[in-house]
Amino acid sequence: MTAPASIDDVERRLRERRYIGDRGLATSIFLALKLEKPLFIEGEAGVGKTEAAKVMAEVLGARLIRLQCYEGIDLAHAVYEWNYPRQLLHIRLLGEGEDRRTAEREIFSPEFLLRRPLLDAIDNDDATPPVLLIDEIDRSDEEFEAFLLELLSDFQVSIPEIGTIKAKNPPFVVITSNRTREVHDALKRRCLYHWIDYPNLEKEVEIVRARAPEAADGLAREVAALVQGLRGMELYKVPGVAETLDWARSLAALGATRIDAQLVDATLGSALKYQEDLERIRDQVPALVEKARGA
Amino acid sequence: MPEGPDLLSRLGAFARLLHDAGLEAGPRRLTDATRALTFVDLKKEPDFRNALRAVFVSRKEDLPTFEAAFDIFWAPPDPRAAAGVIPGRPRSLPLSPERAKAWANALGLNSSQMDRDQDPRTVPATSSGYSAEELLRQKDFDSMTWQETEQVRRLLEAAPWRVAERRTRRLRSARSGHIDLRRSARHAIRSSGELVQLFRRKPRMRRRPIVLVCDVSGSMERYSRLLMIFAHAIARREDLEAFVFSTRLTRITRLLRQRDIDRALTSVSKGVRDFSGGTRIGDALADFNRRWARRVLGHGAVVIIVSDGWDRGDPDQLTAELIHLRRSAHRLIWLNPLLGSEGYQPLTRGMAAALPYCDDFLAAHNVQALDDLGRMLAKLDSRPVRR
Repeated sequence: MTAPASIDDVERRLRERRYIGDRGLATSIFLALKLEKPLFIEGEAGVGKTEAAKVMAEVLGARLIRLQCYEGIDLAHAVYEWNYPRQLLHIRLLGEGEDRRTAEREIFSPEFLLRRPLLDAIDNDDATPPVLLIDEIDRSDEEFEAFLLELLSDFQVSIPEIGTIKAKNPPFVVITSNRTREVHDALKRRCLYHWIDYPNLEKEVEIVRARAPEAADGLAREVAALVQGLRGMELYKVPGVAETLDWARSLAALGATRIDAQLVDATLGSALKYQEDLERIRDQVPALVEKARGA
Repeated sequence: MPEGPDLLSRLGAFARLLHDAGLEAGPRRLTDATRALTFVDLKKEPDFRNALRAVFVSRKEDLPTFEAAFDIFWAPPDPRAAAGVIPGRPRSLPLSPERAKAWANALGLNSSQMDRDQDPRTVPATSSGYSAEELLRQKDFDSMTWQETEQVRRLLEAAPWRVAERRTRRLRSARSGHIDLRRSARHAIRSSGELVQLFRRKPRMRRRPIVLVCDVSGSMERYSRLLMIFAHAIARREDLEAFVFSTRLTRITRLLRQRDIDRALTSVSKGVRDFSGGTRIGDALADFNRRWARRVLGHGAVVIIVSDGWDRGDPDQLTAELIHLRRSAHRLIWLNPLLGSEGYQPLTRGMAAALPYCDDFLAAHNVQALDDLGRMLAKLDSRPVRR
């Protein structure tokens, strides 16, 4: 697939794959491709950050390589690791006469290398550069961030036994963060930035129709309106678009074509994930439903 | 939009405006912006705006500043926005007065459009413990007289304690601990596949982050400056997130990072707009729980609330928020400056509501008390307290 030719083109392609984003996101993606810079996407949980990267890969006809970050992630999990059991076996199975030096060289060859996502993304032979998704970077720690900063500036990895591997075909990098902590400015400075906000009602209805087509039109609209109403309330955990979709799907699975207080009460757990929030909202359900049905 | 060489110089000026308003807009970003603009249709204002935003902004907090700067610099004044009809779009920029004036001249604008919106009303504080209404006023620290400030600062900076450590998920090599398969295998390969020596590793230790939530309402006025000095002193050496509240919650972490304490305190007093107002602890903690808890309470943080418990809010709300907060904190400590005074009993409504839910209840009225707190922080157990 050819690279997008314009912002309109990106927008159209996202839409074709049922990703309803705004013009700003399309612009950022287009520029990131053109300027060959990583794209840093931030937003609350469940607004479609990871999904954006996945759809990007489809749009470009590229392979998606995903690295999920977590506290304590290190190079052995992110870049490469030697396959020690295999190496040990290989060495032990050597016959008496065989040259140990050659054997040692052999076992530190790419064949014995376990390639993790970052190495995979750097050392690729894909026709179209892959999309490298570094997901939830805010979960990793400063050491890992510092390493990424280096990686993103020259797209190369050095493995002492093999040498430096430089990307012939640098991947298109998408980094996401839920902002559970502030990511270092130096890293952000290398990237183009996009903040994904909660969608407005019209957009959210559109998203539900695109991603949860099993929900009837009226239901899609009412669920979206309901979630929009919830977002305006004092909650510990505000429901994201992912929750709207879950909710619409659950209600559709129950055969609902419209919402009512009883149904909403029974399925409130699709949207609210904290006991305190559930308790707080319970007695306001009738009023919320009333309002959503009028939207 | 202008094109060609004119656009380049305009873009340079725009970057300077962003810089003056506190965004990072160095030469590298300017270059990126120039390149980015070659890919968008300059006649489409939204695309032009989106492109510059993607380049110059890198955190959510900067978005309103960017939008305001863009509107002021590139767009003809929009009467609707000026009248405040477009919500969420401030028409003012955080500029120093002289920069604001210079920019207003350069752009041919009325300087009121550039100024930070300052509330000219200054309501005098009532002399009682707390005020009846929200007093939005800027309190200058300098007007408080604290003769021993210098001494206190030096004492706090030289205090010998450091916050206790917690185990991280990252491992480092050590003499004892789990077997480090990687290194052991590596070594074995060199000795013909024989496991001659086992290497071990164990979790690396890290200091726990401290989250300080400090009451600066009217009734706490006498302690505010000392507490800010304390906050500044620990910000210099610990992983500290600091917030102050009276009627609303303000994060001051970044403001405290300045090395010079006077400057740090000046920017805190400028940045916080309700010093010495009334107190709504419950509201402040609710705000903290919803907006900040997930961002700053990772990594086994210790939460320290400093307040005298004079509260105008709803005690039930305070209780509910404390229960929630305690669940996400490694330890919840309440410092009360009044605890130091003789015969004090925690009878204020707020304090009575809060007491059962705090892990520790300590004094904070003098350097000795703060030092005791420090010693306690240094000895924190790695396991959470039994509640």
